[in-house]
Amino acid sequence: MSSEHAPRRRVVITGCGVISPIGLNAAAFWESLLAGRSGIRRIENFEVSDLPTQIAAQVKDFDPEQYMPRKVWRRIDPFAQYALAAAVEAVEGAKIEFDEELAPRVGVQIGSGYGPSTIQSQVTLGLHEKGARSIGPFTSAASAIDNAAGEIAIRFGAKGPSGAISTACASGTSAIGEAMRWIQWGVCDVVLAGGADDSVTRSDIASACSARALSRRNDDPEHACRPFDNERDGFIMASGAGVLVLEEAERAMRRGAPILAELVGYGASTDAYHPTAPHPEGAGAQQAMRAALADARIDASEVDYVNAHGTSTKLNDRIETLAIRQVFGDHALRVPISSTKSMTGHMIGAAGAVEAIAALHAIRDGVVPPTINCFDPEDTEVNYVPHTAQEHKVDVAMSNSFGFAGHNAVAILRAWKP
Amino acid sequence: MTTEEILEGLTAILQEVAGTDPAEVELDKSFVNDLDVDSLLMVEVVVAAEERFGVSISEDDLKDGSTVGDLVQSIQGVLAAV
Repeated sequence: MSSEHAPRRRVVITGCGVISPIGLNAAAFWESLLAGRSGIRRIENFEVSDLPTQIAAQVKDFDPEQYMPRKVWRRIDPFAQYALAAAVEAVEGAKIEFDEELAPRVGVQIGSGYGPSTIQSQVTLGLHEKGARSIGPFTSAASAIDNAAGEIAIRFGAKGPSGAISTACASGTSAIGEAMRWIQWGVCDVVLAGGADDSVTRSDIASACSARALSRRNDDPEHACRPFDNERDGFIMASGAGVLVLEEAERAMRRGAPILAELVGYGASTDAYHPTAPHPEGAGAQQAMRAALADARIDASEVDYVNAHGTSTKLNDRIETLAIRQVFGDHALRVPISSTKSMTGHMIGAAGAVEAIAALHAIRDGVVPPTINCFDPEDTEVNYVPHTAQEHKVDVAMSNSFGFAGHNAVAILRAWKP
Repeated sequence: MTTEEILEGLTAILQEVAGTDPAEVELDKSFVNDLDVDSLLMVEVVVAAEERFGVSISEDDLKDGSTVGDLVQSIQGVLAAV
């Protein structure tokens, strides 16, 4: 099916929801980003004395009862609670109702890198300490990575395709991109798409420490995540969720939906190089950015803002900068490039979804959020938006996500023009 | 142990496990049909009741449509046999 013969269905974003370490809804999250507020603190809910990294960006003061009945939140992992809460906000914002006619056309795609970390740890400890009888009847469902998608589908009666794509740190962007295809291909008219993770358990922190991936700046949490700064020493594990309501554009217009932005491009690739390290020239990252631009039928010079993957690891930030320079040429010296992970930490599967939501706010407000703690930039010719937000007219925004196992995913959003 | 004491314990368990309103818990209420406690939630209720009352309850005792009263009787039966 070529584009000349079948103009493809356009996909718009009509709602968004965020649960993050710096805000428990999209508005609070955006306000924190513009204020340059860090969500990174010392971990206090489990023993960290033997762990090289003792800091993280965790969701604070979250009350699941506000979003779902007790019998639902008791049976699911925090990562799924966050996803469901973000979906509730997104659906309310979209002012959409899932009636019987629409239900079979509504999909759910919630990506996650590590999924229900807490429940998985509890099962292992419970079996060891109390035996099989201690394992609850919902564990089998709740300990799987697709559980967030399943609970969201139950909540809203969404009866189209559903599931969880898992591409490590790129999962949220992959979910949004694959969900966009469902709508473009005519499989769905609406998809609740996003990502969620709560990978801040002893086992998550211990294993990421062993991978030499995490910052060890335990004595200075708010300055620990410093993407593109030469003193960076690793990423910060974080929790959260982001969910978007993606909707076929004509349908959204017909019902007078609040259209936040258009989702115009998606590109994915794989480094096929190393389990944790990125390809030295960022070949996979470049390929994904180019694929997303081609998909959007947009030239790199038209991009007004790049929400970088920007993890604060030595390798990612150097190679991502090189890759952006390769793809954007001279435009790389003009386009603002920032990493909101400097404030949120790395929400793994939620990162791409939450960052797409940051990008759509940048389009809406004409302001791009800063990279905090970028005192001594990796590349002195690039505008990493250090310390404070900057005003820029943003028509087109690119959101990058590059994961372990070499998974790369890039999404492009554009201001809505009917 | 009296019926009232067991009922009080089960009411607390149902509130904890299933979020059931204590005012709804009566002997003639069916778990599935009246209290929206399905067979999987029942597993949790039974395990919690076993811990609370120090008994072992056979799942065969509790059929579809079992009432709160059935579970109270089952617990009393085991306690009486001790």
